[in-house]
Amino acid sequence: MYKYDQYDQAMVDARVEEFRDQTRRRIAGHMNDDQFKPLRLKNGLYLQLHAYMLRVAIPYGTFNAVQMRKLAHIARTYDRGYGHFTTRQNIQYNWIKLEQAPDILAELATVEMHAIQTSGESIRNVSADQYAGAAADEIIDPRPWAETIRQMTNFMPEFSYLPRKFKIAVIASKVDRAALRWHDFALRIVRNEAGEIGFEVYAGGGMGRTPFIAHKIRDFLPTTQIFSYLQAVLRVWNRNARRDNIHKQRMKILVHELGQEEFSRQVEEAFTHFLSLGQDFPQAEYDRIAAYFTPPPFEQGLSEDLDLSDPAFAAWVRLQTVAHQAPGYAIANISLKPVGGIPGDISADQMDRVADLAERFSFGEIRATHAQNLVLPHVRKIDLPALWQELRAVGLADANLDLVTDIIACPGLDYCSLANARSIPVAQKIAERFADLERQEDIGELKIKISGCINACGHHHAGNIGILGVDKKGTENYQLLLGGSGDEETSQAKITGPGFDEDGVVNALERAVDHYRAVRQPGERFIDTYRRVGMDGFKEAIYV
Amino acid sequence: MSDTLRFRDDQAADEPAVSLDAFLDQPEADSVRIEAGEDVTLLFPHLGRVRLVEIDFPRFRDGRGFSTARMLRETGYKGEIKATGDVLVDLVWFMRRCGFDSFAPNVAFDPAVVEASLARYPFVYQDSGDAAVPIWALRHPGLAHG
Repeated sequence: MYKYDQYDQAMVDARVEEFRDQTRRRIAGHMNDDQFKPLRLKNGLYLQLHAYMLRVAIPYGTFNAVQMRKLAHIARTYDRGYGHFTTRQNIQYNWIKLEQAPDILAELATVEMHAIQTSGESIRNVSADQYAGAAADEIIDPRPWAETIRQMTNFMPEFSYLPRKFKIAVIASKVDRAALRWHDFALRIVRNEAGEIGFEVYAGGGMGRTPFIAHKIRDFLPTTQIFSYLQAVLRVWNRNARRDNIHKQRMKILVHELGQEEFSRQVEEAFTHFLSLGQDFPQAEYDRIAAYFTPPPFEQGLSEDLDLSDPAFAAWVRLQTVAHQAPGYAIANISLKPVGGIPGDISADQMDRVADLAERFSFGEIRATHAQNLVLPHVRKIDLPALWQELRAVGLADANLDLVTDIIACPGLDYCSLANARSIPVAQKIAERFADLERQEDIGELKIKISGCINACGHHHAGNIGILGVDKKGTENYQLLLGGSGDEETSQAKITGPGFDEDGVVNALERAVDHYRAVRQPGERFIDTYRRVGMDGFKEAIYV
Repeated sequence: MSDTLRFRDDQAADEPAVSLDAFLDQPEADSVRIEAGEDVTLLFPHLGRVRLVEIDFPRFRDGRGFSTARMLRETGYKGEIKATGDVLVDLVWFMRRCGFDSFAPNVAFDPAVVEASLARYPFVYQDSGDAAVPIWALRHPGLAHG
C-alpha cells in the first residue's frame, strides 16, 4: 500500500500544527464558535449530543496493522475503548475532548493517517471497492488513482469552501461494491476498444433528504486528464450552485436543475479550458504511486482444499469469504455485526487482535467497507481455519455478510445531534428477530439500511429494505422503504406507507420478508423479487 | 484603507471600486467590485483598463470568490485582486494561491497570525495558477511543469 514520502509527511504534520494553533485561538477566545466550526469540521471534528466526535480518514478503505494498533491506542487513550467504522470506510470516535484533538491528530500523523476533509463543505475522503487489489473481477487496482485523487484534492485552494460536501468513489469492476452512483462524483475504470485504461464518469448522485442517482456524464476519460476534469466539475458547481439554502447546495441539485446534458456541456467547456492550462498530474506520478500497490508476494501452488466438516466453520467460509485473484487465496470478511451489537463498532482489544491477524495472515493489510465491516484481503485458504478460530476467540467470527443481520445503521439519536430517532436499537431488534442462521441463509441476500433522520447517513434510500427514523409529534416513528440498491443496478427505495413505532417496524419488516419468501422464484434475491412483483403485494402484506 | 493588507509594490488605485454594472457603463472607471454570484466573465473583454478587482465575501463560507479570482488570473490579468468582506485569516493561504494579492477584511487580521498561516505549509499538492511548484513536480524534477 501507499507510503508517505517527506512531502506527504510534511503536509500532514503542518496540518496538525495548523489545527493546534486554531484550537488554541478558539480556546483563547480569538475566534468564535461560528468561525471555528468550519475549521474543525475540515479536520473531522463534529460537536455531537454528548461530546465531540472525531472522524479519521481511511483513504479508499485501505489501512495496515500498524495503523489499526494506533486506532486502538486512540480508542483507549482518548475515547472510551472503542471506535465505529462508518459508511464511508472511515472510523469515528464518539467521546473526544476538544483540547485533546490536536494530540490525536499528531498521533495519527506518526502512522501516516489524518482527518483532513473528513467533514465540512469539502472534498471528502475518496472511497473505493473494498476488495481492490484482491478481487477476482477487477480489471486493474483502482487504488493508485484513488491515492492520486487524494493528493490532488487535499488543500485544493479554489475549492476550499464548496457549496456542500463532495464525495468521490473509484472502482474497477462491473460489479459495484462501493455504491458508485450514490456519490457526487464517481469513476469506474474501464478499458476501451484500443485496450487503453480510462474512466467512465458519473456525477450528481447523493442521498440526504433529496436523493438522486448519479448520471453518466462521460463514457471514457483518459486517466491522466482527471485533474482537469475534476476541476471543471468543481468549478461549474462552485460557481453555479445555490448558496441560499444549505439543503439545495449539493451538486446533485445543480445537475438535476440544469439537466444532465447542460451540466455535461458546461463541464466539457470548462474541461477544455483546464486542459489548456497544462496542470494535469503526469503519468510518471501515477506510476510512482502505482508502484506502492504492487501485489504482495503471493505463494504459488497452494492447496485449495479445505476441511469443511465443522458446520460453523463451513458457514463462515461460505458467507464471509470471497474469490481472490490469486489461486490458493481468499478474501476474508470480518463481520462487525454480531447479533445484539452496534453495527460498525469494534473495541480497542478487538482492533489490536485484527491487527495481529492481518500481520499473520494478510500481509499486514486491512480494509474497511462501506457496509461497516472489515476485510483481510489476502488470506491463504489453508490459513482460513486458524483465522476463524482466532476471530472466534475475540467475538469477530459472525457469518452474516449481506444477510438480513448485516445491517447498516447510522449512530442515530444515541449520539447524533441531527437525528430524530434512534437507529441502533432498531438494528439490534431486527438482528435478534432474525438471529437464526438457517433462517438468514434461507432468506439470502438482503441489505437493510437504517437512518435516524432524513440526512440518510444510514443509506436508507439504497436499502433493499430501508428504515427512516422521523420525529412524529415528539415520538420516534419509523418509515419502511423497499427496493433500494447501491450495486451496479442502482435504485432508490420507495416508502411503503404510514410509519410504525420501534416494535411495529420490526414486525412490518418481518412481514415483508415473509411475503418475499412466499412469492419468490427459485434463485431470486429479495431485490429481484421486489423488482419483478412491485410494491403492491408487499404493501398488502405489510399493512394487514 | 489602513486596514488593507497588500502584497503588491505598485501604487494602489485611487478611485473606489464601482459595481460591475456601473463599471461596464463608465469607460473611464478602472476599479470594479464583483459580488458573490456575479459572472466575472462579463468583465473579461474590459480587463485592459482594470487596475483593481474587489471580490466580496458576504459570508466566509461562500467560496464563489475563489473561482472568480482564479479565473481572472487565468485570463492573464495582472492587476490587483482584493478580498473584501467576511474574510478569515485561515483562508489567506488559499486565497493567495487563487490570485488574491490584497485583503480588506471586515475585522482586521492579526499580522502575526497572517505570517504564521502563510508560512505553515511547506509544499502544495497541485497547481492553482500561482507560482508554487506542486509536489508531483518536485518528485519528478526531470519533467517539465506548467
